[in-house]
Amino acid sequence: MSFILELDKVTKRFGGLVAVSAVDLRIEAGSISSVIGPNGAGKTTIFNTITGIYKPEEGEIRFDGKTIVGMRPDRITAQGMCRTFQNIRLFHNMTVLENIMVGGHTQTPSTAWGAVLRTRRFKQSEEDARQEAQRLLLYVGLPRGLGDQLARNLPYGQQRRVEIARALASKPKLILLDEPTAGMNPQETESATRLFRRLRDELGITVVLIEHDMKVVMGISERISVIDYGQKIAEGTPAEVRKDQRVIEAYLGRHAESTTISMH
Amino acid sequence: MSVQATSMNRFLRIFSGPFGALLMLLYAGAVTYLLTLDPRSLLGRLLLFSALALIYFIPQRPAVKFLLGAAIALMIIPAIGLRNPFLLEIGFQIAVFATLALGLNVVVGFAGLLDLGYVAFFAVGAYLWAFFGSQQIWHIDEAPGTFTVFATFPFPAWWFWIFIPLGTLAAAGMGILLGFPVLRLRGDYLAIVTLGFGEVIRVLANNLDKPINLTNGPQGITPIQRPPLPAFLISAELLATLSKWAGRPINENDVYGFFFYFLGLVILGLTIVIARRLDRSKLGRSWTAIREDDIAAVAMGVPLRRTKLTAFAIGAAFSGAMGVLYAANRTFVSPETFSLTASISILVMVILGGLGSIPGVVMGATVVTLLNIDVLQSLSLQLSSLRQGPDSIPLLGIPWKDLPTQLDPARYQRFFFGLLLILMMIFRPEGMVPAQRARLELHEGDAEGIPGAEIEGDITPDEKLAD
Repeated sequence: MSFILELDKVTKRFGGLVAVSAVDLRIEAGSISSVIGPNGAGKTTIFNTITGIYKPEEGEIRFDGKTIVGMRPDRITAQGMCRTFQNIRLFHNMTVLENIMVGGHTQTPSTAWGAVLRTRRFKQSEEDARQEAQRLLLYVGLPRGLGDQLARNLPYGQQRRVEIARALASKPKLILLDEPTAGMNPQETESATRLFRRLRDELGITVVLIEHDMKVVMGISERISVIDYGQKIAEGTPAEVRKDQRVIEAYLGRHAESTTISMH
Repeated sequence: MSVQATSMNRFLRIFSGPFGALLMLLYAGAVTYLLTLDPRSLLGRLLLFSALALIYFIPQRPAVKFLLGAAIALMIIPAIGLRNPFLLEIGFQIAVFATLALGLNVVVGFAGLLDLGYVAFFAVGAYLWAFFGSQQIWHIDEAPGTFTVFATFPFPAWWFWIFIPLGTLAAAGMGILLGFPVLRLRGDYLAIVTLGFGEVIRVLANNLDKPINLTNGPQGITPIQRPPLPAFLISAELLATLSKWAGRPINENDVYGFFFYFLGLVILGLTIVIARRLDRSKLGRSWTAIREDDIAAVAMGVPLRRTKLTAFAIGAAFSGAMGVLYAANRTFVSPETFSLTASISILVMVILGGLGSIPGVVMGATVVTLLNIDVLQSLSLQLSSLRQGPDSIPLLGIPWKDLPTQLDPARYQRFFFGLLLILMMIFRPEGMVPAQRARLELHEGDAEGIPGAEIEGDITPDEKLAD
């Protein structure tokens, strides 16, 4: 079994607050896994620590066997890890196609000199980037004509898809999706879930989700890690996690009946 | 779009097709005729420059527009400049400030880094040639005003051509030097630090006359060499022919006027091409991305540090080249030119024209420069000539000569800028020629706001208290 992402005792503090406390996490290459937990449990902080936006105080993070602690976020992206954001962070005043092309930054070899001199290689690499962006636009299920729209003018669900296309443009081996179905209606959620599965099945990308929608989590994940108060309290297959006493307590409170987690 | 915009479009449609191109030529011809009748006419000058602006907007193919614009800039303006050299001076200054504004536009417009000390880079280029292109090097151990000017220059005048790229590099280097400490700053904080940097450069220029006299202090450095003109340009026959056409004696100084005008245009042209090409490249997209959301940009693999530093370096580089040219043109450089107001002026050009829009910024620079050195001054001059006459102000009946000098239009330069900016921000916040993006942003997005999209992380303290 090979792990594409390994977290060893990762701790992230903000002043006196321990947001993430000695979390171990193993993500198997080619898997779909989820990180779940109540609001404020520290899930997004874990993502931010993995992608280099935060630097952990303690612990070790290995991506593809190499340590990435202290590496700049753009370098980590260049290694083959990309993400989306909980509160959609598209470049609002750029077109959809430009957004995706920015995602292709690490894959586009053109230089500033090439741009000024308009070399053949520059033109070729720009054209390639544009076509790749167009291809990804269609791949995530957006209509062809959308490319020239400003990102901010798109409805919510489509913005989420653009964000995924933008992340895909960096040719990731691992994609971290932070609440990718938040704010979607049931139909949108269902087709988004199909897309996540295709990322793994067709493109071979390892997928890690932070998700609140239990239907999505239980339906798609091969493994689930549960975070509460910055600590990993449980891990396992959906069936195992569903029966775990600590998980039930975390979600429903300490004195809850020991039934299964409700599925809404 | 608004009613004004459609009636504007209807007006511009007159200039479509071959007939429209002809009409434009006729307009340019009429203005030229007006200017040959009275080369000093302010109205004529304004009509001439507005013809240039109009050409940008008319519905013609880019090649046709380019030819029309080139005809005015390369033929009509020099031809009239033969009669009135002031026109060339205006043209030169527009070229200088348009280049500066384009450089600042890279930093502020493209990358979204507010720089309030931009003129410092212009100063670097100017002082570089001022020092090496004058006799200052012989006097570095003497206090200003105590020495008699030496007879020989350390470098031959043609080194000017070497100092243009050197000035570019030096300014780019300063851009990076400024960039490093401010990499972590954004918005207001960045603005304050860059403002300080601009002042530091000016104060250095003011005070580096001791212990070693590099800048000659507030007195400034003079004379600075101009590049040598090729012999045929100043041959007696050519000067005689030109004098005949102009109806006034043309000497070497006048030829320099043409020379600097054209050289200014060349550098401006290069700047436009480079800025345009960079904007439409991976680097340009990275600049926009960090302007929009730097965390997301970094997460997509855009190196924040390098992208910001290239913006500072490239933005500064343009003004470095112009600094060298400016020093040679004035043959005199002093700290006064590089004050905070100069930085603000350049920023006004960028905002007035349209943040991030290359044609807009050039137009903004033209308008502000015309206001600065031509319109207000000319009005003041006319007023003072009226003041000397016996006439009274119509309707009011007060003699012109009793009008206080405090009311000189030239004294209200800043007032007019302020007024202009306020009016622009109210009626056309995206600038005279909005960048493609800003236009989409301010007019098409209005109807389709996306509810909930920006709520997260956008809660103000008040809202927090409320719940």
